Amino acid sequence: MTRAERIAALKAAARERILILDGSWGVMIQRRGLAEADYRGERFRDHASPLKGDNDILCLTRPDIVADLHDAYFAAGADISETNTFTATSIAQADYALQGAVRDINLAGARIAREVADRWTAQEPDKPRFVAGSIGPLNVMLSMSSDVNDPGARKVTFDQVCGAYREQVLALHEGGVDLFLIETITDTLNCKAAIKAILDLEDEGLEPLPIWISGTITDRSGRTLSGQTVEAFWNSVRHARPFAVGLNCALGAELMRPHIAELARIADTLVAAYPNAGLPNAMGEYDEGPHETACQLEEWARSGIVNILGGCCGTTPDHIRHVAEAVRGVKPRRVEERRPAMRLAGLEAFELA
Amino acid sequence: MRPLFVNIGERTNVTGSARFRKLIQNGDYAAALAVARQQVEAGAQVIDVNMDEGLLDSAKAMVTFLNLIAAEPDIARVPIMIDSSKWDVIEAGLKCVQGKSIVNSISLKEGEAKFVAEAKKCLRYGAAVVVMAFDEQGQADTRERKVAICERAYRILTQDVGFPPEDIIFDPNIFAVATGLEEHNNYAVDFIEATRAIKQQLPYARVSGGVSNISFGFRGNEPVRRAMHSVFLYHAIAAGMDMGIVNAGELPVYDEIDPVLREAVEDVILNRRPDATERLVELAPRYKGEAAADRTVDLAWRSLPVAERLSHALVHGVGDYVEADVEEARLAAVRPLEVIEGPLMAGMNVVGDLFGAGKMFLPQVVKSARVMKQAVAYLLPFMEADSGGVARKSAGKVLMATVKGDVHDIGKNIVGVVLQCNDYEVIDLGVMVPADRILDEAQKHEVDIVGLSGLITPSLDEMVFVAGEMERRGFSIPLLIGGATTSRTHTAVKIEPAYRRGSTTYVTDASRAVGVVASLVSPTERAKVEAETRAEYVRIREQFARGREAKARTPIAAARANRLPLDWAGYAPPRPSFLGVRAFGPYDLAELSRYIDWTPFFATWELVGRYPAILEDEVVGEAARSLFQDAQAMLKRIVGEGWFEARGVVGFWPANADGDDIVLWTDETRGVERARLHTLRQQMVRAEGRPNVALADFVAPVGGPPDYVGGFAVTAGIGELEVAAKFKAAGDDYSAILATALADRLAEAFAEAMHHRVRAELWGYAPGEAFALDRLISEQYRGIRPAPGYPAQPDHTEKATLFSLLDATRNSGIELTESFAMTPPASVSGIYFAHPEAHYFGVGKIERDQAEDYARRKGWKLAEAERWLAPILNYEPSRAAA
Repeated sequence: MTRAERIAALKAAARERILILDGSWGVMIQRRGLAEADYRGERFRDHASPLKGDNDILCLTRPDIVADLHDAYFAAGADISETNTFTATSIAQADYALQGAVRDINLAGARIAREVADRWTAQEPDKPRFVAGSIGPLNVMLSMSSDVNDPGARKVTFDQVCGAYREQVLALHEGGVDLFLIETITDTLNCKAAIKAILDLEDEGLEPLPIWISGTITDRSGRTLSGQTVEAFWNSVRHARPFAVGLNCALGAELMRPHIAELARIADTLVAAYPNAGLPNAMGEYDEGPHETACQLEEWARSGIVNILGGCCGTTPDHIRHVAEAVRGVKPRRVEERRPAMRLAGLEAFELA
Repeated sequence: MRPLFVNIGERTNVTGSARFRKLIQNGDYAAALAVARQQVEAGAQVIDVNMDEGLLDSAKAMVTFLNLIAAEPDIARVPIMIDSSKWDVIEAGLKCVQGKSIVNSISLKEGEAKFVAEAKKCLRYGAAVVVMAFDEQGQADTRERKVAICERAYRILTQDVGFPPEDIIFDPNIFAVATGLEEHNNYAVDFIEATRAIKQQLPYARVSGGVSNISFGFRGNEPVRRAMHSVFLYHAIAAGMDMGIVNAGELPVYDEIDPVLREAVEDVILNRRPDATERLVELAPRYKGEAAADRTVDLAWRSLPVAERLSHALVHGVGDYVEADVEEARLAAVRPLEVIEGPLMAGMNVVGDLFGAGKMFLPQVVKSARVMKQAVAYLLPFMEADSGGVARKSAGKVLMATVKGDVHDIGKNIVGVVLQCNDYEVIDLGVMVPADRILDEAQKHEVDIVGLSGLITPSLDEMVFVAGEMERRGFSIPLLIGGATTSRTHTAVKIEPAYRRGSTTYVTDASRAVGVVASLVSPTERAKVEAETRAEYVRIREQFARGREAKARTPIAAARANRLPLDWAGYAPPRPSFLGVRAFGPYDLAELSRYIDWTPFFATWELVGRYPAILEDEVVGEAARSLFQDAQAMLKRIVGEGWFEARGVVGFWPANADGDDIVLWTDETRGVERARLHTLRQQMVRAEGRPNVALADFVAPVGGPPDYVGGFAVTAGIGELEVAAKFKAAGDDYSAILATALADRLAEAFAEAMHHRVRAELWGYAPGEAFALDRLISEQYRGIRPAPGYPAQPDHTEKATLFSLLDATRNSGIELTESFAMTPPASVSGIYFAHPEAHYFGVGKIERDQAEDYARRKGWKLAEAERWLAPILNYEPSRAAA
């Protein structure tokens, strides 16, 4: 299959059924109990700073583990698996002094996922598997001050953020991803920089890929970390004309539901959700079992508020298997056209009726 | 139907506001932010930010200001219009806003390529766009050119760029008319007609414009300019104009413009006659400085027909001639009632409309009501003599009361007056009204609505009780809730569920009251708005339930371990100049006037802004000045004629902290406990290094150095109730409210003055402290005076201990109600702490462990503690335990 054919197949599948995304990567990698040496591999044996904890570097140093995880999730029934590139930008990798490896990480991350997905597609041609290039948030934010004493202070500029994302997007694209997944968005302005990076590259002639935008409602306030309501968030990113919009992380299914319901009401595109396995317990671990998660997501599916489901922190291939089985045969949410109107946003939405 | 029109705030625009330009030039971004905040608070739905000034680095100023706005949630909640004639400034701005903004503006001025490039960028950043009707040939002036350029731009945008048509706003150029050049005469018509064509021919596109351009020819004559803006908008909006950059606060209502002026302006705007400009130019000087003239000598309105004179008197709150005018109207009428139903009601309708449109402000409306009452009082004997008369039917009957245990009523009185202005009959039961009396009277008078007011937190419970009683007694009329301590959330969560047969509605402030009442007495609207409110409150309850466990709390033991660690070993507490209590009074009112903080006084009247800047405010300045003048005049009489008496009492006691309590000793031997003040401790989860504070932390612990605390209760309100009642009886609510508000200010000033004296003299730890009001108000001095019932100690019942220590009722004439409200209402009490690290803070929400501990310390059952601490509980108290 060519990429264009895969994208067409993805869109066709989304019309017919609820698509399944994979689950958490952090927990699964943690379970391997890797040591510093695993992270360093041959290539970074003499790297000056410690690398343990930089999961994305494993694309280069332990590609076998990364491939295993894709494999486990596809085996569990996922249609889409994400590249292991959540923090693979020059800004985020600066923590490990690995800015220079960013292109290679993304390229390798995309290729590993591509290879595993293609193997599954070859085995099960009527259920093609897809690769989403993971584009994560940054440790610096464009809408929020970096200095408590100076509310106007920012550590980075829009152009720097946009540039960092551009590098990642190019490499993911080259490595063969089927779509971009801008995820765990804590600051909409960072997300807008990522969108601009993608759209600018398209303007320059890069083959357009579907974009999936996934924000994060931080807590029960019902707002993103940068203060927006769900509707304001949607109004602010809709210009990307995304293939899907949704929410992930921070909340478990129970607390995420009202916000997904709200998105389902206002978004004239696919709605996606991949919550955490509940809220972390006192030890920072997630207790919600696969069956529990699946029961809740099944209700969402039956209520017709979602098109894509998956899992974030604390979920495992077992969770994804349960979810996939629970929603098999359930009709996906119908995407309705919305009456055209000027829809603006500050922290809150404003519609000129 | 009147189309929706979006006012875009223009005061954060350096080209439109000289004040804002100065602030930015001087780098005073704090004040510049205040301007933005004020616009949003005043209802701007979008704010325009423009930094195009030759001497500024405009891009830098834009970035700085937008980044600062991002940190202010109450400003950042609305979309921004990024306004510049320079693309680099616009793009710099686009990189700072996370929301979806409007770019103002782009055009075809420098050709299609640049236009397309900029439009594409807007699309890439995700912004709507204002397109000026400007092309390679220049700015479009005629209808044909405007429409042609807009059509061309629309086609390029929608077909070539892929711009969503609903995100396009056209600005077809508003140019000055009546400039003396004949070719300018049709500019307004050209704009209006172009607007009509654009709206018809270009689907989903919007039309906007900078309105003040139209009147450039009349710079210096603001009344004429405002009339031109108003008339222009009237016609442009009818033609489809959707939004505009305009100072809404300054627009006269179309119908209220002097008809002579309006016709002349309309001739100019609509280009109806060749000599229109000449006629307006000739007429204009007569209106110059109209507002100022009204206040002093311009009596031109006295030559108008009587009905218009009455209307003028009502709108401008002038009572001097009203009896003579009413008499004249009565002689011309068949029955006296006709005067009320005719010219007087017509005048009040004008007032109501102007207020509703934000063109008049509360103090002005209350003054209008005074004139109305004066007129009605004059007519009353004639109506009684007129046996054939039929009783008038009002728009509806509203019963209002401040609930049992509470004594505060300024807000309630203002709402009452505003309702009366709108032809509602108001039955005001006053303050401290028990539930059964409220409901008996409601039945007796067959009222349409019951309104409850309260200022202190225990009143919240009483309101829930009244609501429950309404349910039990089978009422179904609407219940309104208002007052400083009430909230939409409390109303939705606690009050509304208690009263299922009828509806309950929270009213934010006096200016909303009329709209709410009108919809609730309307046979057609009522069901709809009640259903809407109900649905909204269901949502609020759900949100509230979801938010309940949101905030993690520290266990009280851990919070105590994280107390404010003061170095007691290195601190010698100052000893007060006396121990025990000392009464002061009557205190010199003239001296107290010096300490008045005027800003809250304006807030009482819903005029928002800091004194003295508020007096020069573009929107409310005029209303504020007039109110301030009246206040100064009355203050002079209060002091000179001794209307109020100020009394107070101060006490100091040896004291030491015992855990979260403060023990007050009988004497310096510190062996016998005389009384115990209880304090509450913050339980929020604190970042490293930030303590969980309780007031007890500010006092040396038992066994530490010999420390002291003080206490005070002061009032400036002895006599205030009588003065207010006298004015009310005379139908002068304006003066009654003014007097009450001044008594409140004097009481606060008294607390401030007394605290100053305590620091400098009575406790004496800051003998050299200079008098500087600004410093006092911003609390830049050593020591604090928190009051029970306020954030640092939210338990009102602590006032009982304080009052008994001070023997406050005997020494100052202040009494406590069962809810621990002080009466007279113009009273302040509190506790003095002298430690240099003592500061104000909020206890915030507390957990059950602290409530239990507090109950034990106070000798209460848990349920009683939960009742008094209800507003700060971080958990749902179990009813069963009660």
